[in-house]
Amino acid sequence: MSTPAEQLIDEAIIQKDEAKGLHNLIYVKDLNLYYGKSQALKNIELNVRDKGITVLLGPSGCGKTTLLKTFNRLTDLYPDIRTKGSIYFQGENILDKNIDVYALRQKMGLLSQRPYPLPGTIADNIKYALKVRGITNKTEQADLTEHYLKKAAIWEEVKDRLKQPAGRLSIGQQQRLCLARGLSIEPRVILADEPTSALDPISSGKIEEQLMELRKEYSVVLVTHLLRQAKRLADYVVFMYYGEILEKGRPQVVFNEPKNAIFKEYLEVGH
Amino acid sequence: MKKKYLEEKIAKGILGALTAIIVLALFSLLGTIVWKGAPSISWEILSQVPKGGYYFGKEGGILNAIVGSAYLAIGAAILAVLISLPVALYMHTHLPCHPRFLEKIRLMLDVLWGVPPIVYGAFGFNLMLLVGWQSSLLAAIITVALLISPIMIRALDESLKHVNVGLTEAALSLGYFRGEIGYKFLLRQTMPGVATAFLLALGKGIGDTASVLFTAGYTDYIPESLAEPAATLPLAVFFQLSSPIPEVKGRAYAAALVLTVIILVISISSRLISRHLSKNRIQ
Repeated sequence: MSTPAEQLIDEAIIQKDEAKGLHNLIYVKDLNLYYGKSQALKNIELNVRDKGITVLLGPSGCGKTTLLKTFNRLTDLYPDIRTKGSIYFQGENILDKNIDVYALRQKMGLLSQRPYPLPGTIADNIKYALKVRGITNKTEQADLTEHYLKKAAIWEEVKDRLKQPAGRLSIGQQQRLCLARGLSIEPRVILADEPTSALDPISSGKIEEQLMELRKEYSVVLVTHLLRQAKRLADYVVFMYYGEILEKGRPQVVFNEPKNAIFKEYLEVGH
Repeated sequence: MKKKYLEEKIAKGILGALTAIIVLALFSLLGTIVWKGAPSISWEILSQVPKGGYYFGKEGGILNAIVGSAYLAIGAAILAVLISLPVALYMHTHLPCHPRFLEKIRLMLDVLWGVPPIVYGAFGFNLMLLVGWQSSLLAAIITVALLISPIMIRALDESLKHVNVGLTEAALSLGYFRGEIGYKFLLRQTMPGVATAFLLALGKGIGDTASVLFTAGYTDYIPESLAEPAATLPLAVFFQLSSPIPEVKGRAYAAALVLTVIILVISISSRLISRHLSKNRIQ
């Protein structure tokens, strides 16, 4: 059964997708975003897959990150930003002023460009997330800490120094710690904003491996300007250019038969 | 071409001379205080209250002012922290969404910073009369706390500005409320700033004369409760320096020396503490 909000979405698209065995989780309808007087996002129409990696690809400064931040309403931090349109997620319009944004953000795990461990120890960082979920029992916390650190493939490296400050980890480890922290809130969606841009190739590889694992359980939205990364990871590709979506589709299709001239050029230069 | 070299030389000379004047002024000031204060400094001066009245008595020391100043400055700094910390955190958790309002608050705080201390003194005095108190340690603590709060808020504000917005975003995206982020994360991240702001305010509070002139009163004794008047070091200098009796004058210089040393210690330790704490900070 669809909720009233979902009925506003193009039923035909959903039925077509579901007939192919595809399920979508986030529906962006006619999204326009203004930063002061300039328009940063123009008429964005986008469906984000449930389970799978949706890659937002495009050159720097084309609005990918901004689009990502509207999904968990971090755009609220910037008073100059105004939005029009709607983003439907689990029967609610995310852009509705009256929704519980704190509950929304707990369904969206964020992995930012640079890791930002919160002040405290490695274990503290996971605990911060568990506390939000109301888990205060010490043994349960310890068990879950291990569970999530394993899920982010960092447990083996930190199990003997959980009481050390998180800031002492290498930047690649910090990023995986932040991934573990993001998973600890049991999100529905993982928002990854160029999560490997500050990392060395080995750490990047580890993060990519984790994302490939996580796509089986979560809906992942990955922002990247790296064409190769998009090719390696994408289940669905969205090419953005100066605030507009120029091309979107399955990677097998869009990478082999690009229709848009600018996207074609981007693909050629990227090689 | 030669003209340019000459200009450069003259400009360098002027700048150097001005710098030398400032440094010279500072050292001659410190020198005078040490020169005149050092001979009077003795264990008796530091450990005794004045005997026979602070203005005429030749015996005794300035312990009343040392203890009074310590009580006053520490009390005022603690009270100011209690006021300033919530304000500064509020400015950085809820107010960033209202940048114009935030800028106005900063402007007002800067104006308050520039208000002469005597005005705070007069304000405190009127407040005192309004509630029917007499000159007392508590009245002085409240007045000085009001005086140093704007300084403290702005110092905390500046140090919170350096906390990366990524940290706030990380905490928000876990589902934390903005207020929680303030005292759970921003505060811990900005601990060096808090220490520096506290000591900065302490130094300003201990050295200020005009704001306590009406409010603290003056006494030869060490205050035993908040309702009693208290002597302070700046007023010990002010009242005793005009005395015709050389011993009393000597006490004034001794008080000035003690005050200068205390402020020097506070400012140096504030630098050391902030440097030490910054090392353990993330980023």
